[in-house]
Amino acid sequence: MKRLFCYLTLLVAGGLNAAEFDYGLKARQIAPDVHVFVGRTEDFTPANGGNIVNTGFIVAPGGTIVIDSGSSRRYGEQMRQAIAGVSPKSVALVINTHHHPDHFLGNQAFADTPIAALAATRQGIGADGNAFAENLYGLTGDWMKGTEVFAPTQTLAAGTQEVSGRRLRLIALNGHTEADLVIYDETSGVLFAGDLVFNERAPTTPHANVEQWLAALDQLEAITRETGFKMLVPGHGEVARDAAPIRQTRAWLEWLQRTLRESAAAGLDMNEVLARPLPPEFAKLPVAASEYRRSVGHLFPAAEQEALK
Amino acid sequence: MKFLLTVTAFVLATLQLPAAAAALPEAIDPLDSARWTDMHKMVLGGAPVVFDDRVIVKAPATAENPMQVPVTVDATALPGVQEVLVFADFNPILQILRFFPESAPAFLGFRVKLQQSSPVRAAAKTADGVWHVGGTLVNTVGGGCTAPSANAGSKEWQQRLNEVAGRQWSEGPQQGRVRMRIVHPMDTGLVAGTPAFFLEEINFTDAAGKRLMRVQTYEPVSENPVFTLTRGNSTGPLDASGRDNNGNAFNVRIAP
Repeated sequence: MKRLFCYLTLLVAGGLNAAEFDYGLKARQIAPDVHVFVGRTEDFTPANGGNIVNTGFIVAPGGTIVIDSGSSRRYGEQMRQAIAGVSPKSVALVINTHHHPDHFLGNQAFADTPIAALAATRQGIGADGNAFAENLYGLTGDWMKGTEVFAPTQTLAAGTQEVSGRRLRLIALNGHTEADLVIYDETSGVLFAGDLVFNERAPTTPHANVEQWLAALDQLEAITRETGFKMLVPGHGEVARDAAPIRQTRAWLEWLQRTLRESAAAGLDMNEVLARPLPPEFAKLPVAASEYRRSVGHLFPAAEQEALK
Repeated sequence: MKFLLTVTAFVLATLQLPAAAAALPEAIDPLDSARWTDMHKMVLGGAPVVFDDRVIVKAPATAENPMQVPVTVDATALPGVQEVLVFADFNPILQILRFFPESAPAFLGFRVKLQQSSPVRAAAKTADGVWHVGGTLVNTVGGGCTAPSANAGSKEWQQRLNEVAGRQWSEGPQQGRVRMRIVHPMDTGLVAGTPAFFLEEINFTDAAGKRLMRVQTYEPVSENPVFTLTRGNSTGPLDASGRDNNGNAFNVRIAP
């Protein structure tokens, strides 16, 4: 009897989990043959399972091109299923825009297809991938079950090229991380900006170089001024038809850098910098307080060093 | 009735100072840490203790980077502080640092490595031998003490060991403030194959040779430590000197 009860409990729990671990991914078409999955503008939690990131795909003549694979094996699998619901074409290539975990931990679901990234992104995944995955297990829990680092198998070169029969401009930038790949689909005018751009969500900075990031944003804004430009897909936050998210990301970064430099020059201790209030325009952004706190930890030591020279 | 209780409490409180201070250790830990009784015994030797709001420990409630948790200790509201001991209940190495304010205010900012979420406390000793304890809880993902230092793999720190960059603020809202950064790996000895290698002592002296503050640092102080202090009434250049547990010394002058 006791055993039966155990089985029943397991069955119920199993049934619940199957529903619980559904990311509810629904492909949204934003241009002919171009689709995105827009994540929540939140932090990683057991409730969202890591679905806080934007991923996408382009149905190209030679097969589908997937841009980023999400935060877990389950995400990648569910994403692949959703893609199959849109087009019967097989996946020709997966691209990881940079080495942060929410952009590549779904790679396992695409193990049978080529997975490509910039050289430094491949190195970054090799060096930090396991630590990132471990951290996400801690932050999101069982959503991560079965997730292991599956590193990209190919190195991407920047430049305009035919990928799977589609003309893509691959732009190698940096600033958010050491290597940030931006994909401009010249056919549709859709710009996949990766995490160089956040929209109505405070930017994350664990591997940021703010100077380089600001320079990268200038390059991205120039693309939005091209006649063919139609749509911007940020790494986090809603898609946009203009450069507003680029300007918002720039405004946050410039304010952040100015605040840290001024604080260091004024002789503030790190706890005093953490206690500074955020200006209203930034305080209203989702996760602003926690990202500011993190950014102080990541970036204040360098500002401090500069001020102590 | 309430009034009577208040009066009784007042009379008792008056009677207890300071000779009866030894009767105080029954004080209840405001941070409700399972380790407090051990801390009292191991770190403070069971000496008389009071929890005292005048000893302020500032640290983020959630620390993103367990290798660099900012901690600011301010016991300036408590008169006559002779010594301040900073420790973390759940660190594998409990004591973080100890400072003797001497002629400087009892204020010191620095960063620490935390192995797991823990109370971070400062105990300030007054002339009557009583430790006045303040503290705060820090949540962190952990691993700060058993992870290799960020520059462990690089040769840079070896060339720049004990290189000091310091600055004084002579005017403005931070007048009298001194900040100083020292290049040092501050290895805890808890990482396999890396022996403990850390700064042990730092002295701040004014131009006349009068000591403002003495700091004893232990392994949990963060790599490339940064200190923030206030120099009080003294002006002019400031000398900072110190050494690590391998005898490497430094001595620099920080201009006003």
